[in-house]
Amino acid sequence: MAVPASFGATMGEPSPTGRFGEFGGRFVPESLIAACKELEGAFRSAWGDPGFRGEYARLLRDYAGRPTPVTECRRLSDRLGVRVLLKREDLTHTGSHKINNVVGQGLLARTMGKRRLVAETGAGQHGVATATAAALFGLECVIYMGTVDVRRQELNVFRMNLLGAEVRAVDSGSRTLKDAINEAMRDWVATVETTHYCLGSVMGPHPYPWMVRELQRVIGDEARSQCREVLDGADPDVVLACVGGGSNAAGTFAGFVDTRVDLVGVEAAGGAAIGRGVPGVVHGMRSQLLQDEDGQVVEAHSISAGLDYPGVGPEHAYLAEVGRARYVEAGDQEVLDALRLLSETEGIIPALEPAHALAYLIRAAGGEIPTGSTVLVTLSGRGDKDAAEVMELLR
Amino acid sequence: MSQSLSGATHETPAALGALEATLRAARDAGRKLLVPYVTGGLSSEWCDVVRAVAAAGADALEVGIPFSDPIMDGPTIQAASARALAEGATPARIVAELGDLDVGIPLAVMTYYNIVFRTGHRRFAHRLIEAGVSGAILPDLPLDEVGEWARAADDAGVETVMLAAPTTADDQLEPICRRAHGFVYGVGLLGVTGERDELAVSARRMAQRLKAVTDKPVLIGVGVSNPEQAREVCAEADGVVVGSALVRRLLDGGGPEEAASFVGELRAGIDG
Ligand SMILES: Cc1ncc(COP(=O)(O)O)c(C=O)c1O
Repeated sequence: MAVPASFGATMGEPSPTGRFGEFGGRFVPESLIAACKELEGAFRSAWGDPGFRGEYARLLRDYAGRPTPVTECRRLSDRLGVRVLLKREDLTHTGSHKINNVVGQGLLARTMGKRRLVAETGAGQHGVATATAAALFGLECVIYMGTVDVRRQELNVFRMNLLGAEVRAVDSGSRTLKDAINEAMRDWVATVETTHYCLGSVMGPHPYPWMVRELQRVIGDEARSQCREVLDGADPDVVLACVGGGSNAAGTFAGFVDTRVDLVGVEAAGGAAIGRGVPGVVHGMRSQLLQDEDGQVVEAHSISAGLDYPGVGPEHAYLAEVGRARYVEAGDQEVLDALRLLSETEGIIPALEPAHALAYLIRAAGGEIPTGSTVLVTLSGRGDKDAAEVMELLR
Repeated sequence: MSQSLSGATHETPAALGALEATLRAARDAGRKLLVPYVTGGLSSEWCDVVRAVAAAGADALEVGIPFSDPIMDGPTIQAASARALAEGATPARIVAELGDLDVGIPLAVMTYYNIVFRTGHRRFAHRLIEAGVSGAILPDLPLDEVGEWARAADDAGVETVMLAAPTTADDQLEPICRRAHGFVYGVGLLGVTGERDELAVSARRMAQRLKAVTDKPVLIGVGVSNPEQAREVCAEADGVVVGSALVRRLLDGGGPEEAASFVGELRAGIDG
């Protein structure tokens, strides 16, 4: 895919109002404006501070287990006729890329003197990661989770409790991720002076979309040099990542945005904000959004709790608009098939979320992704958390 | 802080809309201001509730257009919004029904920005004007983001009420007040809407800080739950917005009479 030279500047800093093109911004109650500004300032100076960067890098290495490897999938490649490389975020501490973000935000919370973390969670991975960071930094922790997700991610609820976090079930609206975010924001409105909202994806008000992408860019930066080693200095032809809010995809894309690589985000068919949404404003940001004609947010539906979200990070809406990345969908059944295929051919059980990226790969190999291509897929998390649900679905 | 040209224009009394003109006149006559909140479309008789509340001593009225994700609202108004949506309430229908009411006091709608954004700024503003609605309150549209809506609202003659919060920096209070039309909405506490046992200390402080920088009507809302609290905050503020305490009575099955009697108590409390 030909990429105009001017795209070198994409995925840099957003505008002073937190815009990526027309998307982004800071649409939050006035009560939160001061905290968003404080966070923006704290992040900007921390990110430019070698001391902070050094401590962050050390924690990612010694605590989170980075760098994660890139694994060549020989049997899957044979099967599909494309060369498949996996970026193994499933091998991090806590089992998903979410740890990269929370270690950074935990450090920042400490810098800002906040004593308490609140977070939303869908699949439970971000909740577990946040509870982990809270334990590591000695912070109080409250996790909001929709009652539907509490049921389908029981094991993660228990893990959060073990880590010392309080899990509050949210019984409003669709009882999933969107409503957990609403409730976390309401908590933050009331506790902003002592609490940091540890948002789990590249969404929400400025500076979150930018900050979380920067905290996740380690995925893409590592992968790029690892691919060059494996591929004799070349980049892959295609880079694939699943998109819920879009943080593993944004972190991955950030490492390749200035190359000619075809960047592809894979949304859940029932939560495809870019594929099927229209511009809207919710959760602090202007982005693509599943909504009805009146502007009421529509509930997403996906077997994957982590992709069960009607919005998407604003930078993805922008990348789609300018054509630097493209966004496709995967449906529940093909996702289960993909989870099975990777398990059987490579001995790696993926989480349902990255199984969306694999499902698209399987469908597109030999077609949209020509035979003989080299494809890097970010395997954002491991499948343990989904085992119980998948067991039921496969019965 | 230098005055922007547009700000200066809107400071002139000639540009005053009905909401601000009414509230200023009442305040300047020594009256404390009462602005109750009712969720639009909550029940089939919600328009009768609005009439009853208006007749019971309200100076203006705030009507909520329910939104699916009301992040500034606590359990009571969340439940009311969900019920209204389940009853089939839509923004267009609520505004249209307001157009058929003639309650004799200014009306403002309170909703979330996506409802406006989806309808279109100019279209939404014109709908309000056509229905005789004076003002709009959008709690997730802070000063830095208000521009696009504010231009459409100003052009159409809709008064955009701005909110200030206990965490608002001192140097932001003046620009917020300058941008506000109708009244300035001081958020009484750090938190979402809902009843509280006691008036937060921050409520009076909020009113003091705002009164020090503006002569526009300053109303305190969020966590003002009963006549005593309303009276207490009116020691500093020009008036109060009372939402959850009224909406709870409606959710519990109360109708126009219960609403009117509670608003009457609030009136008596602040007139005291
Ligand atoms: C393993 C995994 N991948 C992906 C996601 C989706 O989030 P994002 O799109 O921000 O990477 C989640 C969210 O819970 C997850 O747990």
